[in-house]
Amino acid sequence: MSLDTLAFAGGFQKPVFEAQAVFRTLMDCMARPGTIGDIAATVTPPRPLTPAAGAVALTLCDHDTSIWLTPALAASALPGWLAFNAGAAIADERQNARFAFIEKGAMLPNFCLFAQGTQEYPDRSTTLVVEIESFEGGRPLALTGPGIRTEEGIAPVGLPDMFPQFWAENRQKFPRGVDLILVAGDRVLCLPRTTIISVKEA
Amino acid sequence: MNTTDLATYNFAYLDEQTKRMIRRAILKAIAIPGYQVPFASREMPMPYGWGTGGVQVTAAILGPDDVLKVIDQGADDTTNAVSIRAFFQKVANVAVTTKTREATIIQTRHRIPEEKLTAGQTLVYQVPIPEPLRFLEPRETETRKMHALEEYGLMHVKLYEDIAKNGHIATTYAYPVKVEGRYVMDPSPTPKFDNPKMHRSEALQLFGAGREKRIYAVPPYTDVVSLDFEDHPFEIQTFDKPCALCGAKNVYLDEVVLDDRGGRMFVCSDTDHCEDRCANGHRGHLAYNKEAAE
Ligand SMILES: [Zn+2]
Repeated sequence: MSLDTLAFAGGFQKPVFEAQAVFRTLMDCMARPGTIGDIAATVTPPRPLTPAAGAVALTLCDHDTSIWLTPALAASALPGWLAFNAGAAIADERQNARFAFIEKGAMLPNFCLFAQGTQEYPDRSTTLVVEIESFEGGRPLALTGPGIRTEEGIAPVGLPDMFPQFWAENRQKFPRGVDLILVAGDRVLCLPRTTIISVKEA
Repeated sequence: MNTTDLATYNFAYLDEQTKRMIRRAILKAIAIPGYQVPFASREMPMPYGWGTGGVQVTAAILGPDDVLKVIDQGADDTTNAVSIRAFFQKVANVAVTTKTREATIIQTRHRIPEEKLTAGQTLVYQVPIPEPLRFLEPRETETRKMHALEEYGLMHVKLYEDIAKNGHIATTYAYPVKVEGRYVMDPSPTPKFDNPKMHRSEALQLFGAGREKRIYAVPPYTDVVSLDFEDHPFEIQTFDKPCALCGAKNVYLDEVVLDDRGGRMFVCSDTDHCEDRCANGHRGHLAYNKEAAE
């Protein structure tokens, strides 16, 4: 398949119901940080973006949401795919992006480089969709905050060592700051800016 | 409302672009508990007073597997609740219920069900005036600034004036709360009796204001504290007698006039809760006169 045809294929098969299902999973996961949701949608974005991250893109993005892509994603057929399937344009600057997509293995920029929102409008911030290897097997992290009864635990593989520090800085800016949607395979986990992450002693 | 032309509309009435816009606002609202996210409210086939904000939120989250309950003043059978329920049956072919525990989504005006909500449930409030500071400051730019700077002194002054005038805080509906120690939020015109139910609820709570174009949220297990003072702590309404029909105590009661000679009784405002208790053999002192009362 050529790059051209790739851009026009691989959207939702049943857009109304698939987008609703993906959204509900995201809503549940954002409301209950640490909860792992399944994304069973049938989209096939151009590589290297994975189907689950592509489904998140088609669920939330459109011509009102500019998207920042990593250099590898920007160089792939993804910009054309997003333009055709979502009507979304690519943001030149991280500061102007409503969403950002970071594929597995790419460098995760410091969250402070993205739109943080303002103190009056903290919602005007970037939501980052970050693909990682797995939610288990890595350094154990404890999650507390709204949406969590006592404590949740995750052990993500594929986030940089600096992640807890990036996140602590993000948390300190509340109500400003970014929100994260982590994707591992066809599973998803959300970290709203309210979540407090502490590194557990192994 | 006119439902005859709705068959040709998209699932749940809203177009997909509008749903995406509302869904994005909902995710931001969950991430910033108690903060009012602006959204581009759409015209709905019902007047604003009918809860178009709540209807839009419900329409944006609703799926084919949901079970919807709609209440107004605690009752499932008022005109407003019946119309909204019929609307979603028509445009989304969704299953409906009056039973709190069977519902996955509960859209409400004026009450929170008596039965404790659980983790699988989402409560959607219809909100007329989302800004708790509006009666102190009419300008949106100023109230935004007050929220931004966490400047809630005026609100406390207003509540304290109440105490000076009445000896207690007179506000009984839409009693302001502070969410997760940060944003002061209007809980919608529910009685303050229901405020404690919002605190660390297992259910997700979403608020939609159609005319004012705002969406806000309280995630599960989030602190919701009613504003008060050390010497005048927050208190909910209490009722002298239990429900006349089911005998329930510690529930919110409505006054019902029985006759033109001043006869009256107090019954559960939450009709499902009352019927459920009656079906399980609970009896109040007027239980057998229910038909006569109606
Ligand atoms: Zn009763």
